[in-house]
Amino acid sequence: MLTISNLHARIEEKEILRGINFEVKPGEVHAIMGPNGSGKSTLASVLAGREDYEITNGTVEFNGKDLLDMSPEERAAEGIFLAFQYPVEIPGVTTVNFLKTAINEIRKYNGQEPLDAAQFLKKMKERAKLVKIDDTLLRRSLNEGFSGGEKKRNEIFQMAMLEPQLCVLDETDSGLDIDALRIVAEGVNKLRDEKRSFIVVTHYQRLLDYIVPDFVHVLYKGRIVKSGTKELALELEEKGYDWIKAEVDSLEVA
Amino acid sequence: MSSIENTDLKNQLLADFQTLQMQLNGKSLLPINQLRNEAMKNFAHLGFPTIRHEEWKYSNVSSLAKQNFNFEASSDFSNKDLKEIHLPHLKGNVLYFINGVFHAELSHIESPGDYLQVVPFAEAQEKMPEVINRYFGQYADYKNDAFTALNTALAKDGVVVHIADNKTLEEPVILRFIGDTRKEDVGSQVRNLIVVGKNAEVKIAEAYRTIGDNRYFINTVTEFVLFEDARADYYKVQNESDKTHHIGTTQVYQQDRSYFYAATVTVNGGFVRNNLNIVLDGEHIESHMYGLYLPSGKQHIDNHTLVDHRKPNCQSNELYKGILMDKSTGVFNGKIFVQQDAQKTNAYQNCRNVVTTDEATMNTKPQLEIWADDVKCSHGTTTGKLNDEAIFYMQSRGIPKKEAIRLQLLAFAEDVVSQIKIDSIKEYLEGLIVDKLAGLGK
Repeated sequence: MLTISNLHARIEEKEILRGINFEVKPGEVHAIMGPNGSGKSTLASVLAGREDYEITNGTVEFNGKDLLDMSPEERAAEGIFLAFQYPVEIPGVTTVNFLKTAINEIRKYNGQEPLDAAQFLKKMKERAKLVKIDDTLLRRSLNEGFSGGEKKRNEIFQMAMLEPQLCVLDETDSGLDIDALRIVAEGVNKLRDEKRSFIVVTHYQRLLDYIVPDFVHVLYKGRIVKSGTKELALELEEKGYDWIKAEVDSLEVA
Repeated sequence: MSSIENTDLKNQLLADFQTLQMQLNGKSLLPINQLRNEAMKNFAHLGFPTIRHEEWKYSNVSSLAKQNFNFEASSDFSNKDLKEIHLPHLKGNVLYFINGVFHAELSHIESPGDYLQVVPFAEAQEKMPEVINRYFGQYADYKNDAFTALNTALAKDGVVVHIADNKTLEEPVILRFIGDTRKEDVGSQVRNLIVVGKNAEVKIAEAYRTIGDNRYFINTVTEFVLFEDARADYYKVQNESDKTHHIGTTQVYQQDRSYFYAATVTVNGGFVRNNLNIVLDGEHIESHMYGLYLPSGKQHIDNHTLVDHRKPNCQSNELYKGILMDKSTGVFNGKIFVQQDAQKTNAYQNCRNVVTTDEATMNTKPQLEIWADDVKCSHGTTTGKLNDEAIFYMQSRGIPKKEAIRLQLLAFAEDVVSQIKIDSIKEYLEGLIVDKLAGLGK
């Protein structure tokens, strides 16, 4: 589904991704972990098409297409979804109107007829229930005055509505207490199936107690320095990142 | 000197006034004509302001002052042209003014005569002398404001509206001012006087637009008097050509417990200056002012507001919003005076602007002068670009960038448009704004 090869990216003069390689197959859940500043969020942003980053080398293929050649909205229409670390407040635009526009733009891109009001409402009710988000919240301006937990739940709700193939969760656990975290993770788990894949970017292992990954990758200094299964996350939880840093840094010196 | 000396337009207007005086045929001693004479003397003395005049620092009328306009321009405008300037679901009392002159054959009065008296300004001296003699020129400043002086001296037509005491007008009064410049450069001066009796209520709109490609100069003055417990909604809507100079003053005088609610929306106009001046001369008065301006291309839109709190226990609230596109310019100047007597005043002012390009410019100046000590006043202005992160957020959900920008700007504008309580005007504006924002990012 997704193949990242030798991906290099920088912001202004600073090189942040320095040769990323990995592959995601349908139905897989990959966790990307790493210390602060390792490039985790950059990777998520680059996949979604944030313009602040310049791609200096490498390729990203999504279902056989060149992802890096697409605008953010094309990527969304092709089936990529980024759950933001800091969801944006948009005054005056309700979540309902926002999503109706988004869904119908994506349908238009894919040559489908727009959903009518009744179909849209039915889908909305269904998905709101699935991720346990309050209906009244959706009729308010998008994220405006929402608590941290409500914002993150709204991200998962949007994900449920847009039905992407590849979901990228950027530190979805940050700023959440354990109850909010559990609700968000439950929402994600309900959306897991054999076709939909996830890239879960997180600093801490605790999110992975709830969203259990198939693979864990450790990002450090813009490269994946270690890959493994969910046991690797537990090891990181126990030992921290220092032992990996030391290992990588000693190799660099040599 | 802060005025332009003996320019073409000024000479033309002075000559026009001489001609008019000679046609008065024995009526020159009527109070209205004495007032007009005095106003013309003031204009002759004041002249058109230059940018050295503090109130005109960012709005340069020197090019206007060099031009000539036909203030007597005829028009073939007829019923069949109404289609072109269609307003959706238009109903109520609708009055048409073509090049500043009332057209009875296009107009339609619905409300009963014991509720609403409406007389064209040109006939008001004869038909409503007591109203004219009592109120005309009593509020708008024809002594110090050159354009108001000019209008007071030379305005030919417009409307005088009187709402009787204790009457609530169900149907709105919609005044449509159409500049027909299909044949030549047209000048028009419109004068309105709106008197809302005690405990009476009215919704009134002034809708300005142009047809044709020649130049247009319109100078308007509307005087508004609200007696005790009167309520008025007032909407000024402008959709005029890039070749238009629109200078307009709305002067409002409020008495005890009256309520005034204004929304000024400028969608198009080459050079626009709106003055909205409100005097709160009583207690427990409420005044609300909303504004929205959407200049594009090289359009220039200037809103000056003045709120004069003279008595205690009143409230004023102001929100102006601008979307500035291309190389357009905007001005907001908001004065709030709280006089020594006006204790317990609440006065709020807010001006928020979005610029969509690096070349667009917005000048804002809040001016608060407070002489009372027990008041609550606040003001704030912001000018910035749309939030890139918000645009990216919408894009990341599949919404194309242009559409993301448009949706956010529409939401920004809706704050003001949603205040309008005449459905026809609101729907009309929503359509205009959608069309205007569709031109973004081409």
